[in-house]
Amino acid sequence: MRTAFVETLVRLARRDERIWLLTGDLGYSVLEGFAREFPGRFVNAGVAEQNLTGVAAGLALSGKIVFTYSIANFPTLRCLEHLRNDVCHHRANVKVVAVGGGLAYGSQGYTHFGVEDLAVMRAMPYMTVVAPGDPIEARLATEAIAQTDGPCYLRLGKAGEPVVHRTTPAFRLGKAIGLRDGTDATLIATGAALKPAADAAELLDRQGVFVRVLSMPTVKPLDEAAVCAAARETGLVGVVEEHGPIGGLADAVARCLAGHDGAPVCSFCVDTEALLARGEVGSQAYLATQSGLSPEAIRDRVLEELAAHAPARRRVKNAC
Amino acid sequence: MSRRESAGLARAVRRYALGMVHRANASHIGSSLSIADVLAVLYGEVLRVDPARPDWPDRDRFVLSKGHAAAALYAVLAECGFFPKPWLDTYCRDGGRLPGHATSHGIPGVEVSTGSLGHGLPVACGMALAGLRDRRPYRVFVLLGDGECDEGSVWEAALFAPHHRLDNLVVIVDANGIQSFGPIREVLDLEPLADKWRAFGWAVREIDGHDHREIADVLGQVPLEPGKPTAVIARTVKGKGVSFMEHQLAWHYRAPDAAQLAQALAELEAAP
Repeated sequence: MRTAFVETLVRLARRDERIWLLTGDLGYSVLEGFAREFPGRFVNAGVAEQNLTGVAAGLALSGKIVFTYSIANFPTLRCLEHLRNDVCHHRANVKVVAVGGGLAYGSQGYTHFGVEDLAVMRAMPYMTVVAPGDPIEARLATEAIAQTDGPCYLRLGKAGEPVVHRTTPAFRLGKAIGLRDGTDATLIATGAALKPAADAAELLDRQGVFVRVLSMPTVKPLDEAAVCAAARETGLVGVVEEHGPIGGLADAVARCLAGHDGAPVCSFCVDTEALLARGEVGSQAYLATQSGLSPEAIRDRVLEELAAHAPARRRVKNAC
Repeated sequence: MSRRESAGLARAVRRYALGMVHRANASHIGSSLSIADVLAVLYGEVLRVDPARPDWPDRDRFVLSKGHAAAALYAVLAECGFFPKPWLDTYCRDGGRLPGHATSHGIPGVEVSTGSLGHGLPVACGMALAGLRDRRPYRVFVLLGDGECDEGSVWEAALFAPHHRLDNLVVIVDANGIQSFGPIREVLDLEPLADKWRAFGWAVREIDGHDHREIADVLGQVPLEPGKPTAVIARTVKGKGVSFMEHQLAWHYRAPDAAQLAQALAELEAAP
């Protein structure tokens, strides 16, 4: 995804000389192309994310479109108040890009997991929050946020993510992308969880359970129409994300549906405290599986929830 | 903007700030008084700004990083015509426009909203970097508190500016020697402060932050060294200009009552 991002950014920067890229001394072997082609619009600010973010705001207040780039929590939590005050309060045109969203840094350990980022970034005023589900979405999201005025957060995976979309989908910020239709339940996925959600739907299809899959690259603003339609038309809504249990896409979806006579929302997420308590080291795939985010685990829980919520499903179908 | 006699401007800033803090029963008057002279020289003689065109792309930028001294900033901006003086009456008042910490929202002349310390210098670095790389003629002035220099982000930016040769950037440290809980040397000693900035690669000058000629001299010469950002350590007195407020920590918090306000204003009028 980071390759898709930087290649897109280079292409955009050729057309728009307002685009700058600032890194907090990360992106070795990723950002060099941009730095070579646009040395006057590239800054390695060193390992100093507070200053990095303030500088980005100052550049943006001087008319630039500024991308900041670092790993997981460094461009977000490490310098959060600088994002809040300098960027968001001024509605500055800064795009915060984090690689290693979710569990992408796997065996590197908890310091490098981005499992609170969606919650915290959602809480920031004016912040658009985007977590592409595959390299194609990463490219489209990069193009979209570059063209959108104001603060944006782009949560990327790392490298080598599978391509989920067979063709280039229509992409608009704030809009879900339908991956497959279904009638029995809906899985809404964001970020790296898109692939296991799609695979789970495929497994369920083989058992005669037809699940709609929505990719939700934009976590904020939420595509409430798509969420409500899913609840109304399919009943059970499962939300799949590599994120902790508080404040992520599941909370956003539940909040949306709470205004519509309560649909059953089932959250597939990373139980952060359980993850820490287990104290296990592992790859992204291993840790995701341990957190119940494998296609098989998703399939099994969808079947359980469908059985448990059978009466509720009928009620919700009449709501919204 | 036409040059303006700075002594009269400083007196007006102090008068307005005292009245605003009194009416609102607000705080931080000591911090506003310690920067009044620097602000008066900046806005009277140094800054290339135009109140009629607050968004003029080539204007000099001024960032008040110690945003809690906003009363003085609002006062100097209103006095210079950036916005109507009656707005000052709304400082910290219900339904008003001017909060106790500087806001740029809808307030012409305020470049950056500040209030949490350690934010102004990084943002100013970004503005200076944009100006340098775009070859624009503007300068960026940023006023820090000395207590604010406790913040790590100040030193991140202090590393950044010389590395990028931001000689269009000027830091002024309002070194009044007092922070929220007491004297700086007792809370978290900063000295030798000038040496610290020098060691980070800045061209440094220490001045009396209440001597208008000294302030104008140094700010009129920036950059002090080509290729280097400038740091001016302005030695000041917290509460300057009001005898019973000078050097007193309590006036970081207290607002003058009616009698104290009258005495303070009388002292300002009587001053040479």
